[in-house]
Amino acid sequence: MASIKLDALEKTYPGGVQAVKGIDLEVADGEFVVLVGPSGCGKSTLLRMVAGLETISSGELHIGERRVNDLEPARRDIAMVFQNYALYPHMTVFDNLAYGLKNRGFGRDEIRRRVEEAARMLEIEPFLPRKPRQLSGGQRQRVAMGRALVREPAAFLFDEPLSNLDAKLRVQMRVEIKRLQRRLKTTSLYVTHDQLEAMTLGDRLVVLNGGRIEQVGTPMEVYARPASLFVATFIGSPAMNLLPLEALLSGPGTAVHGALLHDLPSGTGIVGVRPDALRLEPPRAPHLTLAATLELFEAAGAESHLHVRLAGSDQTLVIRTAGQPPVAEGQRLHVHITRDALHPFHRESGRRLDEPPGAREQAA
Amino acid sequence: MVEHRPWSQLAAHLILIAGVALVLFPVYIAIVASTQAPGEFLRGTLPLVPGGHALENYRAMWESGLSRAGAPPVGKMLVNSLVMALAITLGKLVISLLSAFAIVYFRFPFRLFFFWLIFVTLMLPVEVRIIPTFQVVADLGMLNSFAGLSIPLIASATATFLFRQFFMTVPEELLEAARVDGAGPFRFFRDILLPLSITNIAALFVILFIYGWNQYLWPLLITTDSDYYTVVMGIQRMTTAADGDPQWHLVMAAVVMAALPPVLVILFMQRLFVKGLTETEK
Amino acid sequence: MQTKRMTFPGRWLPYALLAPQVIVTLIFFIWPSLQALYMSLLREDAFGLSSTFVGLANFARLFADDTYLDSLSVTAVFAIGTTLLSMAAALLLAATVNRMLRSRNAYTTLLVWPYAIAPAIAGVLWWFIFNPSIGIVPYALEMLGYRWNHRTSGADAMMLVIIAAAWKQIAYNFLFFLAGLQSIPQSLIEAAAIDGAGPVKRFWTIVFPLLSPTTFFLMVVNVVYAMFDTFGVIHATTQGGPSQATNTLVYKVYADGFVGMNLGSSAAQSVVLMAIVIALTVVQFRYIERRVNY
Repeated sequence: MASIKLDALEKTYPGGVQAVKGIDLEVADGEFVVLVGPSGCGKSTLLRMVAGLETISSGELHIGERRVNDLEPARRDIAMVFQNYALYPHMTVFDNLAYGLKNRGFGRDEIRRRVEEAARMLEIEPFLPRKPRQLSGGQRQRVAMGRALVREPAAFLFDEPLSNLDAKLRVQMRVEIKRLQRRLKTTSLYVTHDQLEAMTLGDRLVVLNGGRIEQVGTPMEVYARPASLFVATFIGSPAMNLLPLEALLSGPGTAVHGALLHDLPSGTGIVGVRPDALRLEPPRAPHLTLAATLELFEAAGAESHLHVRLAGSDQTLVIRTAGQPPVAEGQRLHVHITRDALHPFHRESGRRLDEPPGAREQAA
Repeated sequence: MVEHRPWSQLAAHLILIAGVALVLFPVYIAIVASTQAPGEFLRGTLPLVPGGHALENYRAMWESGLSRAGAPPVGKMLVNSLVMALAITLGKLVISLLSAFAIVYFRFPFRLFFFWLIFVTLMLPVEVRIIPTFQVVADLGMLNSFAGLSIPLIASATATFLFRQFFMTVPEELLEAARVDGAGPFRFFRDILLPLSITNIAALFVILFIYGWNQYLWPLLITTDSDYYTVVMGIQRMTTAADGDPQWHLVMAAVVMAALPPVLVILFMQRLFVKGLTETEK
Repeated sequence: MQTKRMTFPGRWLPYALLAPQVIVTLIFFIWPSLQALYMSLLREDAFGLSSTFVGLANFARLFADDTYLDSLSVTAVFAIGTTLLSMAAALLLAATVNRMLRSRNAYTTLLVWPYAIAPAIAGVLWWFIFNPSIGIVPYALEMLGYRWNHRTSGADAMMLVIIAAAWKQIAYNFLFFLAGLQSIPQSLIEAAAIDGAGPVKRFWTIVFPLLSPTTFFLMVVNVVYAMFDTFGVIHATTQGGPSQATNTLVYKVYADGFVGMNLGSSAAQSVVLMAIVIALTVVQFRYIERRVNY
């Protein structure tokens, strides 16, 4: 077990492209940290730098107490689960699991013990004598994880392991991965582009964009107080509604309790409201009311998504409510918003403007 | 064909049967000739069906050859051909695998230079540089030897290119997983790359064996000792007999024996052969 | 040139891996080729004791020499004849086999095996068939009133070697044409049929143009084959005769160098051949690279 420490890590490719622009991060021993962001944000590159599959242009990387910048992947005491599983097609599952141990000089008995134990944990024992091509996607993914398990490394590195699975399998495997990690308590660094996966798996999330960290925090922190427009719209589904401040101030039938808006920090240009924070019934707390027309009704079983257009403008909002409210498309209705549902963002920089009382969350 | 016309199907079969017949024709004639009695050809007749002397003709050629024509026993020549073909095949396979591995999986100074150096050999078949190559082989004392027969022919790079193309298609993740698993270059090559290359190696084996077996000009030049004659070049000596007409029934027996091994290899490994051919040349 | 995303570190290992091929290439390929270049600039004296540097005189002499120019035209005729004959036959057979479904593999097997036959042996086989005294074909031709003798008639000799060389090459061309034909999407053929084109028209206006990369590739390969790999055919049958009628360039290199012992001229001829092959290979590679966008 070990911690992972990234200090000002940077990666510039020979062509001049800078994929990672200065990352500081500390993963505590036993913690499950998820790197999440859109394609091209540098999350995979960062993971591969930790693994040793990409060279580090500048900065320091420590695994445990050791500085590992120049160490071979095999020497860093890490194990990796690849997106495409990377199983050796010509070897049996048993040999696939055993390969890393064989290369490190483990004895036959010890190898067998570890392989069988990992196979039991992952429920792949019947597959041990088979070849990868005889297994389904989910089974192969388990074998890939088994390969990491048998090594009992200081850290697990996951590179979008669930991306190639169908939706249902993905949900299943997500739960299994979380259970396993809880049980083994191995330090884990997990990369995904799926924000739901990130939210459900991580002890902490690192939201990346364009090679930089936008925000680091627990899932709830990142959800409730996104540090920038990017994080606000990336995390949460359906995405957060964004309104220019003007849309809340002007227009007929708005701002019954307009005093709320004067409370917002100066420099606010854009206000965000989560779909689940928009109410169809007026709440007791002080609130803002907007008139709107229902354009589209999406019924998703336990919840519904209502797409409404604000009266007198082109602004649309998405409302997420439980069950199926008795409204029909084309109907006029009122939308209510309380102060704590408003996320103020700076007009130009997009950064969140109001600090939580006391603490500062900054990740360079 | 989109339309269904039964007579055109028949015509197609006829064309193909004609094609096959044309292709088989010379060999059929050769087999027929090889089974005739000694005097048959002197009579000026043309046998069209096999005679009954197959066994004695073949055995005669196998054991004693045509000494008057300077051709040693075919049995011996077949062995020489086999050794040469196998030496060329295995030699080429080994050095090509190693070179392709180096070019694809390592980065080092002058890499591009070596790549082009090897590439250049694709362009010049041995027939174009026979005299100086002969000189070098003679200077190295390699005339009349199996080394001389095979080593100069393993230089060309067709196999290296095939392996290079193939290695480029091996997924990146396999190498990465292997490195994380602690495999260095040697282990990776032995445990992962080689097993994955088996089909390509087998396909190339067919092509290279045929290439090696059918070598003509080179063995012709560098063997003066009949102990080292190979069977394909040896045939030629039989057909240019100094005294009178060649003994066709015996010559044809030798021809059939000389042509048989590569044909068998193709027939048994046809699928591999086709794959290897279409991938080497592109 | 593209490389793998990840490579092994290693100072001396890659060089060690390359060494066998590089060494063999240097000793048996580069060095002799350079020697050939150098020798082409020398002329030996009558006794073969010393050589003088004569610059490009050997080349000048070559191109002024009638027998060499004859050899050029002989080679051209031979190459074109072999290429046309074997490619046309192969295309016909491949197009026909492509229509078959069940018997495709059987026919393919039956047509492909001649690839294994050495050119020299192909030569001997056809030589036997065309033998003026006991060959089948002259027997049949005589009944039609034509006396075949490739020992005296240059044209007959040329026909013999062309047929022998083409016969063997049909298998190779057949395979590539078949692969090319199979890569043409069936939907194109069907669309053309709906557009009213009959089978023959479809072949010439749709299939054949789409086959052009394969055709071009095969043309270059066949010409190279005809110029070089056919040494065995000629040596085993006509030995360049009668009276130089089948004395192709590659045969002449051998005849002048090994038999006639005129090393300078032979080397110069080698160099000319080298230039031709390099030009052909470069053309082929350039074309193939552009074709990748097809």
